[in-house]
Amino acid sequence: MSSAHRQLAGIALFAVLVGCVPLVTKSGVTLNFVMMALYATLIAQAWNILGGFGGQFSFGHALFFGTGAYIQAIAQLQGGINAWVALPLAVAGAALVGLFVGALTFRYGLKDSYFALVTLAFAEVFRILALSVNFTGGGVGLMVPLRESAANLQFASRAGYLWVVLAMVVLALLVTCWLRNGRFGAYLQAVRDNEDAARAVGVNPFRVKLAAIGISAAFMGAAGAFYVQVFQYIDAGIAYGPAVSVEALVAAIVGGMGTLWGPVLGAVVLHLLSDLTRNLFGELPGINMVIYGTVLVVIVIFLPRGVAGLGLSVRQLWSAKGGRHD
Amino acid sequence: MTEALLAVGGLSRSFGGLKAVQDVSLSVKEGSLSALIGPNGAGKTTLFALMSGFLKPDAGSVRFAGQDITGREPHRNALLGMTRTFQIVKPFAAQTVRENIAVGAHLHQRGRREALAHAEAIALRVGLAPQLDKPASDLTVAGRKRLELARALATRPRLLLLDEVLAGLNPQEIAEMMPVVRGIADSGVTVLMIEHVMQAVMHLAEHVWVLAQGQLIAEGSPAQVTSDDKVVEAYLGHGTAARLRKAASGVQA
Repeated sequence: MSSAHRQLAGIALFAVLVGCVPLVTKSGVTLNFVMMALYATLIAQAWNILGGFGGQFSFGHALFFGTGAYIQAIAQLQGGINAWVALPLAVAGAALVGLFVGALTFRYGLKDSYFALVTLAFAEVFRILALSVNFTGGGVGLMVPLRESAANLQFASRAGYLWVVLAMVVLALLVTCWLRNGRFGAYLQAVRDNEDAARAVGVNPFRVKLAAIGISAAFMGAAGAFYVQVFQYIDAGIAYGPAVSVEALVAAIVGGMGTLWGPVLGAVVLHLLSDLTRNLFGELPGINMVIYGTVLVVIVIFLPRGVAGLGLSVRQLWSAKGGRHD
Repeated sequence: MTEALLAVGGLSRSFGGLKAVQDVSLSVKEGSLSALIGPNGAGKTTLFALMSGFLKPDAGSVRFAGQDITGREPHRNALLGMTRTFQIVKPFAAQTVRENIAVGAHLHQRGRREALAHAEAIALRVGLAPQLDKPASDLTVAGRKRLELARALATRPRLLLLDEVLAGLNPQEIAEMMPVVRGIADSGVTVLMIEHVMQAVMHLAEHVWVLAQGQLIAEGSPAQVTSDDKVVEAYLGHGTAARLRKAASGVQA
């Protein structure tokens, strides 16, 4: 069995196991936890496509999340469009914004901290715009009326949402699996590791990075649309604020960048942590950010390859007994 | 007579006040193995960058396989069949040797399995087969030089621009690497190499260009250029050629 087949089998197993959770338990707390962990996985996985595989560290992925969320809400409220039809519009809209930002930044060769700053700035610009124009509801935000029915992509139980977001996560995992085993992924990682060397052997870095930001943004848009369906509310702070951007990158970095399962692990670990601390400290505002920061520092120092790299580094320690001299 | 595979005409490029390459013209015949030599800072690597598209020339033209490719992007040149390597090796450090070479192989092979298989065949040719599954970061300097060569070779180039593939290797490693380069040329790939290791230039190259302070000062067979006064003086300083001759004739007398 090749590694690609093993990964596909892993994804299938994951889909079946998580998909069965609502059949096993009716506990709202458990279902809510699994659903939110999957949602965190989705945004971590989306960030991982551009950041982990492409080496382009975005600090403003909320830009795509918020765009997806607003399109999902506005299409229903002002366009009278069914939520299921709005979803692909939200995904496409977010992808377009991604392509636009990518075309601007990659055309001028922005990378590293400059790319991070520009993405952060774009998200902030959109946040302020969303606060000041009318069709986003300004500071009041947008409320999507509650009309519980599967036809409206609104569910009475968390189970329905869980299955929807699971489908999105599985799709993101399949894309990641394709990145790990296909030409486009090989090119993307080559550009991440050394852009000049990649160019010398025939890779067009601009096109590769542009495609990556488009795909990454599309999944962020899906996450934004999902958020609106679950909470029936969106405002500028939630949509374009830094919280989502930070959550996406921290989960991916903690879990292990450029890996298939790293973002899943990272999202679950962080989610467990923030739930635990919420129980310990109550709803202390910003406590989860403090925890994220601490965990990030610890992980970067002790586990630079993330939680997914843990098994690997233990193995390396074991075999490094002989000692390398370089 | 057929047109040269690579023809460079009047190529110039400055960086601020420094004229790195001035009015260089040369043409590389299809199927040849030739070398570009010159003292440090002569502009050899800049010339390579101008040919392969990493830098745009201020003046002059580059023609490859009958097309004007002046200032064209390197990835498009690679698709046409011109691939360069780097003096300062640039491995994709996080990936295995096999994956590194496969990136080059993907230029003409979409499928992952075919690219990986081609990578393995290339590794065999350059003597990297035992290291295929190691991360590129674990390779020695000699190994990285081979990897640089292998990755370029995997793109199935018509013209290979090798930038000091022998630099930093010990004599034994050089002796191992020379037949590899010879083998590549014998398989029909045109090779132009920048090289400081004169032993290799004398053994391998059919034709040599000498660059000093951005200008071509001599060309010809290895024996011709090494006995050229201007070349000797470029390496050893002004007036050296005359002094050496005097010393030699003094010994004879």
